[in-house]
Amino acid sequence: MRGNLVYLKDVVSLQYEASRCVGCGMCSLVCPHGVFVQENGKARITDRDACMECGACARNCPTEAIRVQTGVGCAQAVINSVLGRTGDSCCSLDSGCC
Amino acid sequence: MDQPFVIGRVETAAGTIPQVSSQLTGRDRWGTVKARWGVGRMHYTVDPGLYALGEPGSEAPVLVSANYKLSFDHLRSALKDRCAWILVLDTKGINVWCAAGKGTFGTDELVFRVQASGLDRVVNHRLLILPQLSAPGVAAHKVRSRCGFKAVFGPVEARDLPAFLDAGMQATPTMRRKRFGLYDRMVLIPVELVHAFKWLALAAVIFFALAGALGTGSFAAAAAVFGLGPVTAMTTGVFAGAVLTPLLLPWLPGRAFAAKGIWAGLLATALLWPLGPGRASGVLDAVSWILGTVSVAAYLGMNFTGASTYTSLSGVKKEMRWAVPLEIAGFAAFVGLWLTARWTS
Repeated sequence: MRGNLVYLKDVVSLQYEASRCVGCGMCSLVCPHGVFVQENGKARITDRDACMECGACARNCPTEAIRVQTGVGCAQAVINSVLGRTGDSCCSLDSGCC
Repeated sequence: MDQPFVIGRVETAAGTIPQVSSQLTGRDRWGTVKARWGVGRMHYTVDPGLYALGEPGSEAPVLVSANYKLSFDHLRSALKDRCAWILVLDTKGINVWCAAGKGTFGTDELVFRVQASGLDRVVNHRLLILPQLSAPGVAAHKVRSRCGFKAVFGPVEARDLPAFLDAGMQATPTMRRKRFGLYDRMVLIPVELVHAFKWLALAAVIFFALAGALGTGSFAAAAAVFGLGPVTAMTTGVFAGAVLTPLLLPWLPGRAFAAKGIWAGLLATALLWPLGPGRASGVLDAVSWILGTVSVAAYLGMNFTGASTYTSLSGVKKEMRWAVPLEIAGFAAFVGLWLTARWTS
């Protein structure tokens, strides 16, 4: 189980169109947080709030049934982009992010 | 070839391939320690290309990795007494997951590196094993048509690779999950501390100078007497935000990381009460100390989102909308109350 480590509720941008799903199972295979399960030959979102918007499912969906606004959930990266610092993420700074 | 961890060379139809061992040397381990402490970690790289782990034959598995030395060492040390080919992509020295998120560990780079290395002349099979966390960057179903190799996602953690290989390339559901256990959180503490201490040192100099100038008595005595409060407050805030928050993450109340940081700050305040508010010369200094500790802890707690394995960008933006104004207000009040105390004393 995911234990006590769950992030904010009802906030992620994950969108899934079941009608396009061909049931290949790649989304539930690549997701590091078990957001998808396979049921009756189709994917179903079972734990939406566990999604961290990494985009692995969308990238590996052959029918583009999944859409998500991907990004790194990193406050330093958000600050950097607001301040217009070079580098598009915290990895350009020496923070713990990467 | 002339990298310190290359122990020999293997001749193949695609040319000479550098050979590495699954045994890490003292030098490799020292490099890991330095990277964890933030020393030269942006340039801790491996040359991209194909490597031979042990004495792999034409049927040996091909494992793909990033050219961050820590990722590469993680992979080879997980494969004790095994032979494999390791294909290192050019991820600009960034680890697998972050590089996949940026797209540098991506389908294009993978296809390019497979072709550039002449992998089809080195092995007879047509299978690549990728770390699962490269999936944000690599579309597995597009790899085969573009380079003739089928891409399979292995487990999240390299340490599960032997079990994955022995089970005929099957990962258990547990192997497919990214966790964030105590050890995973602990190894991130040093770099958080190093990053925070750079700012803390600068702030300490400013506070001691102000205390010396504004306090009563000689400059040195005033600097020590009046500067110690805000400097210990900020130090406690750094300890709470960069050490307590990672350690106690699952048990601190709240889902937002800034909230967890606030609780860690309050906990540290309670633990160190005699050193902080307890020894303050008045109410203003006592309240200032608490605000300083908690606002710094909240900020650093919030910044730990970047190191965590489960925060979404949408969520981070949502928490920042309330947390950043609160942290700025808290820190301003910390400085303001401390300055007021200097004028009114």
